[in-house]
Amino acid sequence: MKKNEFLAPDLLASLPFKRLLFNNGMTAIAFIFTGLALLPLLSVLWEIIVRGISGLKPEMFVKSVIDNGFANAIVGTFTMVAIAALLSIPIGVVTGIFLAEFSQGTKIANFVRFITTILTGVPSIVVGVFAYSVIVLLTKSFSAIAGGFALAVIMLPVVILTTEEALKLIPVSQRLASAALGGTRFQTTFRIVVAAAIPGITTGILLAIARAAGETAPLLFTALFSLDWSQDLFSPTASLSVLIFNLYNDPSPEKNQLIWTACIVLLALVLFTSIVSRLFINNKRKNRVS
Amino acid sequence: MTNSSGSAYQNEPSQPKVLDPSLDITIIEGKHYRIDQSFTWLVYSFAALTVLVLFWMSWVIYNQAHPAIAKFGLGFLWSQDWDVPNQLFGALPYIYGTLVSSAIAILLAIPVGLAVSLVTSEDFLPEWVRSTLAFVVELIAAIPSVIIGLWGIFVFIPFIEPFQKWLAANLNWIPLFNSIEPSGLNMLTAGIILAIMILPTLAAISREVLLVIPKELRSASMALGGTRWETIFRVLLPAGFSGIVGATMLALGRALGETMAVTMVIGNSSIISTSLLEPAYSIPALLANEFAEAESGLHVGSLTYLALILFALTLAVNIAAVLLVQVVGSKKK
Repeated sequence: MKKNEFLAPDLLASLPFKRLLFNNGMTAIAFIFTGLALLPLLSVLWEIIVRGISGLKPEMFVKSVIDNGFANAIVGTFTMVAIAALLSIPIGVVTGIFLAEFSQGTKIANFVRFITTILTGVPSIVVGVFAYSVIVLLTKSFSAIAGGFALAVIMLPVVILTTEEALKLIPVSQRLASAALGGTRFQTTFRIVVAAAIPGITTGILLAIARAAGETAPLLFTALFSLDWSQDLFSPTASLSVLIFNLYNDPSPEKNQLIWTACIVLLALVLFTSIVSRLFINNKRKNRVS
Repeated sequence: MTNSSGSAYQNEPSQPKVLDPSLDITIIEGKHYRIDQSFTWLVYSFAALTVLVLFWMSWVIYNQAHPAIAKFGLGFLWSQDWDVPNQLFGALPYIYGTLVSSAIAILLAIPVGLAVSLVTSEDFLPEWVRSTLAFVVELIAAIPSVIIGLWGIFVFIPFIEPFQKWLAANLNWIPLFNSIEPSGLNMLTAGIILAIMILPTLAAISREVLLVIPKELRSASMALGGTRWETIFRVLLPAGFSGIVGATMLALGRALGETMAVTMVIGNSSIISTSLLEPAYSIPALLANEFAEAESGLHVGSLTYLALILFALTLAVNIAAVLLVQVVGSKKK
């Protein structure tokens, strides 16, 4: 009893100065670093809006780059992303179904998932070299098709992994119910599981599209660039990101204004898609936990 | 089975016959069976196709690089020439630039990324602030790299240039900062920009690793009288070590392959210099600048050889990272 009384002041005393300093100092450092991490994002958003907004005129959305607009680049970006989506979404969603529905926990599934994860880490410029060797050398021309193919390879793993996540959220009891009613695997998968997971799959696809729309490196030598409207899918095609890269050194003030305004459009496109889909995915995850 | 149930019904003739003995509930023919079979085939073949893409890519790039591999062999790795008219090619300046700029990026991103992951996973702040912070930091990853590059040139370089000039003027006895009039387009700038770009990867994965560590470990350390930061340094970081190393390697993989922003700020000079304030070059930057105009034959071959080296490098780093993170993931279960 007496011992405890002697111990009490010791236990209740505040920390020795050294430990207190370490504790509070580290907290301060952590918060300063976190602030530092946020600065670039805020600065990028601020600078782009300040420098680009004055050039945002409606005629830019109709004229091509050669007339100080970026209509052909927007159309080019959309065309190539559309080609990429057309190629990667069916393969990606079905592979996602494979991972979530057909082979849960087997070695094959782990292998496919491993390869998919590795595929997300392949540098986009290497994907560009691949698309160049496969499509450009075959068709003997830089083209929207080659650019779309490169973007498809970049989108594919994102679509697969998000589809798998979305399908995993559907309770097993729904699958069992469908099977108990005599549903075949195809019916269970498409009418029940995929139908219920469509919102999740869609947001995953949007995330992949946002990523593809902002890519530059794989387009540099697959789609190349074009100052004017391109004739067809087999000729060099402009895109917003390559427009910014090709013209950032251009000394003329019109072109400088043009790239900052193109940045606003590209960033708005990418950030909006990405924020919407991320918010949606985060909500889904929370629902699963609760 | 049908017979016995049939006889059971015969005992009570008042009951209607509900089960048709000819009914077979396992389909092995007909429209639905064929749809089901072809669907299964489709699923398996698309999964195989996905796996194939990676191997196809490796094979195609190896084939394209073959003329250069046959001509220069492994000597390509430490040769410093890059002379297009004389058909002499060597990779060392680009490999050096890629590795050094990524190393700078990792060294800068680790402390900041860990700080972000700790602030967003520990209970310094209310839950909604933490998740919003984590979300906002992740948004950096969504900004196209060409826009980061543009920001680097027009906003970041003017901001950092005086500081770099000061380094060159006052600390030039250190070989790392030995430069006359640094222009801002150099290795150090590229490293910092890369650090910004890989920060979200590092922070997000480290955060997930830290969140998985059992609450009991924290409580135990606190109960023994540890302060919050003593708990973090002696318990949490050692417990999450392999996961954090995995996160760092994934971020390193990103840094090695990052193209646009680096191309715009690294200065594009293929001279190897010990100074971080001198312009340098990286493999992706060289590919971005020269590939579209390269003459077919040895030039394209050499560029593809470089792409192959980059591919192998990132593949090795990524595989190691994924395995490390998976080890952590399997512990959780």
